[in-house]
Amino acid sequence: MTRYLVGRLLGLVTVLLVTSVVVFGALYLAPGDPVSFLLHGRPATPEAVASLRARYHLDDPLPVQYLKWLGGVLHGDFGRSAQFHQDVAGLIGSRLPGTALLVGYAAVLVAVLGLAGGVLAALRPGPLDRAVLIGTGVATATPSFVTAIALVSLFSVRLGWFPGPGGTSSGLGDRLHHLTLPAFALALTFAGLLARVTRSAMLDELGREHVEVARARGVAERSVVRRHVLRNALGPVVTVGGTMLAGLLISTSIVETAFDVPGLGSLLVQSVTAKDFAVVQAITLLSVAAFVLVNFAVDLLAPLVDPRLSLHGEGSS
Amino acid sequence: MTGTTPSAAPAAGGAADALRRRPGLGRLRELGRGPLFTASVAVLAVLVLVALLAPLLAPYDPDAVDLSASLTGTSGGHLLGTDQSGRDILSRLIHGARTGLLGPLLVVGVSTLLGTLLGLVGAWRGGWADALLSRAMDMAFAIPGLLLAILLVAVVGSGMTAPVIAMAVAYTPYAGRLVRGIARQEKARPYIEAYRVQGWSGWTVCVRRLLPNIAPTIFAQSAMNFGYALMDLAALSFLGFGVQPPTADWGAMINEGQSAIQQGAMLPALAPSTCIVLAVVAFGIVGEGLADRISRRER
Repeated sequence: MTRYLVGRLLGLVTVLLVTSVVVFGALYLAPGDPVSFLLHGRPATPEAVASLRARYHLDDPLPVQYLKWLGGVLHGDFGRSAQFHQDVAGLIGSRLPGTALLVGYAAVLVAVLGLAGGVLAALRPGPLDRAVLIGTGVATATPSFVTAIALVSLFSVRLGWFPGPGGTSSGLGDRLHHLTLPAFALALTFAGLLARVTRSAMLDELGREHVEVARARGVAERSVVRRHVLRNALGPVVTVGGTMLAGLLISTSIVETAFDVPGLGSLLVQSVTAKDFAVVQAITLLSVAAFVLVNFAVDLLAPLVDPRLSLHGEGSS
Repeated sequence: MTGTTPSAAPAAGGAADALRRRPGLGRLRELGRGPLFTASVAVLAVLVLVALLAPLLAPYDPDAVDLSASLTGTSGGHLLGTDQSGRDILSRLIHGARTGLLGPLLVVGVSTLLGTLLGLVGAWRGGWADALLSRAMDMAFAIPGLLLAILLVAVVGSGMTAPVIAMAVAYTPYAGRLVRGIARQEKARPYIEAYRVQGWSGWTVCVRRLLPNIAPTIFAQSAMNFGYALMDLAALSFLGFGVQPPTADWGAMINEGQSAIQQGAMLPALAPSTCIVLAVVAFGIVGEGLADRISRRER
């Protein structure tokens, strides 16, 4: 167990280091020299050039540049945003709550819709099952930006139930109202996947002998479903669900852009367009870190939900 | 193909594994194997034909701006209406099929080629080469393709190049993992040993005998990946990082059509959306169906 944990942690650190090398090295993939890339059209005054050279340690040898940059990153110093004239860390801090609220809202939707859809489909074969299968089939094949424009045309423009892209909001209730369509756009694909995983996990369990035995003993059907089927089906559901949380983080850039939600994802897209490279580096690095950490946490937590997924089972597939 | 069965995925290998396998369109085939598969093949055939014959089929020049005919809606002259610049939507859809298919073709072609090479080397050589390659692929999974593409666009600039390169890199480990898995199974079969005993060299057996046997499975997986790559590249075009206006492209058309929605004109954005979903579903069903046929034939 300890060996496994140490191994996983080492792997985690390696992934983050490799990512940091990629994110740092990307600067040197840019056509031309790094200074003119970082200036991006702004006047190349001697002061500006000198400050950039100092900030990126461009006069040092490459490995030293990287280590100095990494040292800064580890202390929360991601440099300065060229478009907002502000520290990147502060900028990210101000945009983080918007993304966190959106991802949280979407995660709740994924859990509720996915579980309910999967359980219903497994327990009610026939038309309902087929409807869920068709619905999830369409949901998983529809990219989030397509869902976004479909939701806007129907619920915002046609029916007027929810506000369209953009606009400001105050208070939590109003913010949630504004975030409803974005959260659904983000959630539907993942909810479709989760419903499918839940359905097949439930069906697997329903066909097992211990379920037959419980029924034969006269245990009430509700209780059979809750304690003998759902409880056992939860393992794979939690694993896949947790992984989706990591996927949600990545998809936010698309949905936030479609709905003009001020968050990290839309900031990333803006910064790419504005060639604000320090911000791009920071958000990319943080996203990969979040993605990897969430996956790691899910691997650790899954055995708590389903002890059969013991950590020693890893790699025995 | 156990890799596409969602129920089997999580228990076998951790959280990252589950996502990597993308249970996506998994059970669509349960809705009816025959007619759906045939219809999907037909949809794909029509798509390819439309892409190839675009200049002949399109009723108008896709880039011809006519500001006096902005957002006309459906009419005899413009079957799907016009967009805000008065360009014929049907013609743009038809031309959009070209970039829509070319991008994923490059991504899937390159990633399948690289993945097959890496997977075969890993499976055939085994030992440290295999361990090293497997580790490297695990590492590559940790960086999501979309992020890699955005990072590359930030450096190199918008256009087809950066997204296609980034996606090809991001899809390679998927292909590599699949090929490694099935090549290892295949390598354990008696016929491989039989060729070795007859004095065939290792690589000849691997490339001339083993590869043709696993090629159908690789092809089926590529068909599924094609749909995903189409979706990812369209997303990047939607963000403004992929195919650049005024070139007709489905993702970019949705981006441009967003403002028209606010004016009550749904078609400029909904028409390309429908094309994307249709293509993705068709590729998924065809890939699933092929994989299904292969596994039934082997049983």
